[in-house]
Amino acid sequence: MERVPLEQKILSENDRIAAELRARFREHGVLCLNLISSPGSGKTSLLERTLASLPRQDKVAVLTGDIQTENDADRLKRFHFPVKQITTGGTCHLDARMIERHLADWPLADLDVLFIENVGNLVCPASYDLGEAAKIVVLSVTEGEDKPLKYPSIFFKSDLLILNKVDLLPYVPFDIRAAAENARRVHPGMEIVKVSCLTGNGLHEWLMWLEQRRRTVRSLTAEAVS
Amino acid sequence: MHEMGIAYSVLEAVRTEAKRHPGQAPCKVGVRVGELAALDPDALRFCFEAITRDTDMESLQLEIEVCPFRHRCLDCGHQFVVRDYQCQCPQCASAKTECIGGQELELAYLEVEEYGASTAGAKNTQ
Repeated sequence: MERVPLEQKILSENDRIAAELRARFREHGVLCLNLISSPGSGKTSLLERTLASLPRQDKVAVLTGDIQTENDADRLKRFHFPVKQITTGGTCHLDARMIERHLADWPLADLDVLFIENVGNLVCPASYDLGEAAKIVVLSVTEGEDKPLKYPSIFFKSDLLILNKVDLLPYVPFDIRAAAENARRVHPGMEIVKVSCLTGNGLHEWLMWLEQRRRTVRSLTAEAVS
Repeated sequence: MHEMGIAYSVLEAVRTEAKRHPGQAPCKVGVRVGELAALDPDALRFCFEAITRDTDMESLQLEIEVCPFRHRCLDCGHQFVVRDYQCQCPQCASAKTECIGGQELELAYLEVEEYGASTAGAKNTQ
């Protein structure tokens, strides 16, 4: 019997495609953000609010994933930006190949920002790199403040935590300080923004974060060109 | 629950590697799964058995090594297992530490042996 060392990532094929996507995004100056949360935390609402606040001429597009239905794409198409639904047909996460396939007829030169709304799930999407510049995890105050401890992987890997539905804080026993502490226990220094997609409270801070990231991508692209 | 997809990826990697070892059959594959990798080892074992049952890979064993969440101190170099997300260095109390383990989702090794009646892939041989 002979033991052969393999020393490779199990998801090396996904990672290979994700690395290609990341290189293409960088080349064309596209900021790609991967939004992840439990079902119903408000990813689509956040995107609705975001798209509504962006100038029409901005080159922004959305890929939105769900197991079934085109409902989210229908909601997001109202804002006149390109939106495509990825229906996974049962798969609980998006993978890099799905992104590659759905981007095939979207010229990246025409894009500045690509939002990917992952399938509602805090577990599996954490394992699949989609070539994004950053993962963003959304947690709503109707969930438990211990979610970061229960699902550490996604909180560890996300650059930003958006605490959504803060308008409900007076009505639910959610300790927002404990939630932030838990997130920072798993991911020291994690950036956190508190928003209400219903009232618009806190959205400015999120849009500032987005603008900051867009500026970084623009300056990197300008550097590469010069 | 993406263990099924992971199981298929492991099997695919085994088949690819096995082609490099003509005349030998894969008998055991070793994988490393980090504590924070959001993957359940039991579910992975279950899925792996399900997809290899009644195939040429039926006798292929899966060995899973669970890797603890570990940090290394950037000040004193001490490496330690992180418990309860306490990332501070237990030796010098520095807060400057970096993650060096716990996210693994890796193929470690493949064991192959000469073809025999009981080996995986034997049905495919002449």
